[in-house]
Amino acid sequence: MEKARPQWANPLQFVFACISYAVGLGNVWRFPYLCQMYGGGSFLIPYLIMLVVEGMPLLYLELAVGQRMRQGSIGAWRTISSYLGGVGVASVMVSFFVSMYYNVINAWAFWYLFHSFQNPLPWSVCPLNSNHTGYDEECEAASSTQYFWYRKTLNISPSIEESGAVQWEPALCLILAWLVVYLCILRGTESTGKVVYFTALLPYCVLIIYLGRGLTLHGATNGLIYMFTPKVEQLANPKAWISAATQIFFSLGLGFGSLIAFASYNEPSNNCQKHAVIVSLINSSSSIFASVVTFSIYGFKATFNYESCLNKVILLLTNSFDLEDGFLTASNLEQVKDHLASAYPSKYSEVFPYIKNCSLESELDTAVQGTGLAFIVYSEAIKNMEVSQLWSVLYFFMLLILGIGSMLGNTAAILTPLTDSKVISSHLPKEAISGLLCLINCAVGMVFTMEAGNYWFDIFNDYAATLSLLLIVLVETIAVCFVYGLRRFESDLKAMNGQALSWYWKVMWAGVSPLLIVSLFAFYLSDYILTGTLRYQAWDASQGQLVTKDYPTYALAVIGLLVASSTMCIPLGALGTFITRHLKRGDPAPVA
Amino acid sequence: MLWPLFILVTAIHAQLCHPGAENAFKVRLSIKTALGEKAYAWDINEEYLFRAMVAFSMRKLPKREATEVAHVLLCNVTQRVSFWFVVTDPSKNHTLPAAEVQSAIRMNRNRINNAFSLNDRTLEFLKIPSTLEPPTDPSVPIWIIIFGVIFCMVIVAITLLILSGIWESRRKNAELSQLIDAEDRCENMITIENGIPCNPLDAKGGRINDAFVTEDERLTPL
Repeated sequence: MEKARPQWANPLQFVFACISYAVGLGNVWRFPYLCQMYGGGSFLIPYLIMLVVEGMPLLYLELAVGQRMRQGSIGAWRTISSYLGGVGVASVMVSFFVSMYYNVINAWAFWYLFHSFQNPLPWSVCPLNSNHTGYDEECEAASSTQYFWYRKTLNISPSIEESGAVQWEPALCLILAWLVVYLCILRGTESTGKVVYFTALLPYCVLIIYLGRGLTLHGATNGLIYMFTPKVEQLANPKAWISAATQIFFSLGLGFGSLIAFASYNEPSNNCQKHAVIVSLINSSSSIFASVVTFSIYGFKATFNYESCLNKVILLLTNSFDLEDGFLTASNLEQVKDHLASAYPSKYSEVFPYIKNCSLESELDTAVQGTGLAFIVYSEAIKNMEVSQLWSVLYFFMLLILGIGSMLGNTAAILTPLTDSKVISSHLPKEAISGLLCLINCAVGMVFTMEAGNYWFDIFNDYAATLSLLLIVLVETIAVCFVYGLRRFESDLKAMNGQALSWYWKVMWAGVSPLLIVSLFAFYLSDYILTGTLRYQAWDASQGQLVTKDYPTYALAVIGLLVASSTMCIPLGALGTFITRHLKRGDPAPVA
Repeated sequence: MLWPLFILVTAIHAQLCHPGAENAFKVRLSIKTALGEKAYAWDINEEYLFRAMVAFSMRKLPKREATEVAHVLLCNVTQRVSFWFVVTDPSKNHTLPAAEVQSAIRMNRNRINNAFSLNDRTLEFLKIPSTLEPPTDPSVPIWIIIFGVIFCMVIVAITLLILSGIWESRRKNAELSQLIDAEDRCENMITIENGIPCNPLDAKGGRINDAFVTEDERLTPL
């Protein structure tokens, strides 16, 4: 008796699984940055165009393949063409690399979450120096939030060459993060299906609460106006379009094999076309929603910093000229400065170098993305809110849920092909396979908890998935349209769930999307080649800021290895099948 | 006749207390910043209180019990409010060393602040650093406690899930072995289709196929 393939209990679980996988940290910390860099409100135009032209068709393609073949990525692509098993292996490799480093973010979220239960918040005050007469020098040079991130959380070393030792605090949090992931994937779709209700819906609850709080903050409107003012001239910048295409591509999580894995647990009659449209629309609107929240927080932080800067200038002038306390305010500052400059020119010129030019624009202009936004900028804004412990707990809890939702997809992409293969699943039950995967990933992830760990994290974040995924999805599209045959696939889909394929999908799959991916690929390759040597940002403790350094040779070798090990699987897989077929046939007959 | 004495005293005063004098300290108050609307005006009486507090601090030192309010001299009071002060010895000829004044003020800083309803930030003694309050460090960091709680909960949940999975598979194995035993005992082969043994279909009771039950309602009743 054949064991039936596990299935989602209802189609809603499948949709929630896709949403919780696609809506991840990138929606919160990358999209607002892109929006700010490429023209604010006008960035939405290339973004929505790319969604329609690239996002929805490719998402539908992956879901349809998974639902039709009812196997993980390796089996599915091998069924499409026996030479293309390598595509599936490449997807599994990329998912493996990503799951190695991605869970470290969850570990950091746990760390901040546990530290939010203190009054005052540990990143809001600088620690004292050794003789208790002032604050720690590094903390004074940087800010207390940067100090907490770089010194207390990461304990970062000055460069990637100095690895340092494994820090036990982040290591403990990483172990906990992997235990939580193991708990969620332990029983396969049975447990994952229940967890995704939670991981898909909870971030929205927190975002709505934050929206309410964010919009009522003092200065929030400054941020929102700044963000949404369209700078239409950015539409002519090709980088804006490329960034929009890249963001849609990576935000949906195409090419990892997770979507194929999720869809393979569907019933064959499931209407995956409708689900593809729904998931991609929800993903994009979540990005926009999250950026509204982010920009109101930005506006609050920028206004707060601007007003502190003004207060510092006022205090300086009041003390230097012994003016009456409370006489100088923000409104009469300029007049009084002019008066003082004319009345006491010598004294004014002494004080003048210390007077900073406070500008709200320059505060708003500091565009940050990635872990810097999530852990430094946001925590800085939170420490200035009332009842900051509550907001802090909510925020880091949301980050945790988003991260775990994406991890579920990543691990599903690796586990589904493993449990599908008869060789492995006959020897080990699926609990043991998942446990082994989590154990290996946790052990490798200890590298990221070392003192230089954050630099390795940046390497993985920037290079593990980018080029490889573009190539994988390109091969996928070509495979379905030209190797398997678009007409054959169309009739398969019609037989499976009765859905006729409209001309829109066919045009996108066969023409527009592959062309887009090729152009993205060409752009990235030329960008990597033109910039020459690769550089990274290192933290300088004495200055309290980031400095740019070159990667050493062995780091460059690791980068090359990362990209090569996943992309090479595709040709190697084809070659392997070619050779085994040859050996079976015996004589070197040419393949048609 | 008292005029020359008065002028002499003022001259000595100016000689001992002036901005940048030896053993003199500058004080800066930000009353409006601290108290807002409840701010009091700085007048001679407040100055007297200040001089009394400084004298009080000096009297607490082991060798200086004889310090009087008159020995504390204030000068250069500005609108800020800021001024300079020195502490003289009983003969009023020279000022007491800065180190002694500094340690006296530091030891009684809290009392002086409270007398004026101000704090270290709004009542500043320039060149006398205040001892910063160290942050309270509990013996066990709070985050470890929360970490421990969550960690134990997750381990318990994982153990429960794994154990329940093992029990279920043991139960299924036991059922399957019972079914196989029953089959072995029977003479004829029982075919199983879709997990339902075909055997009961021959039974007298038969099986009701729910797909056809509702058909009756479509037919018109007799």
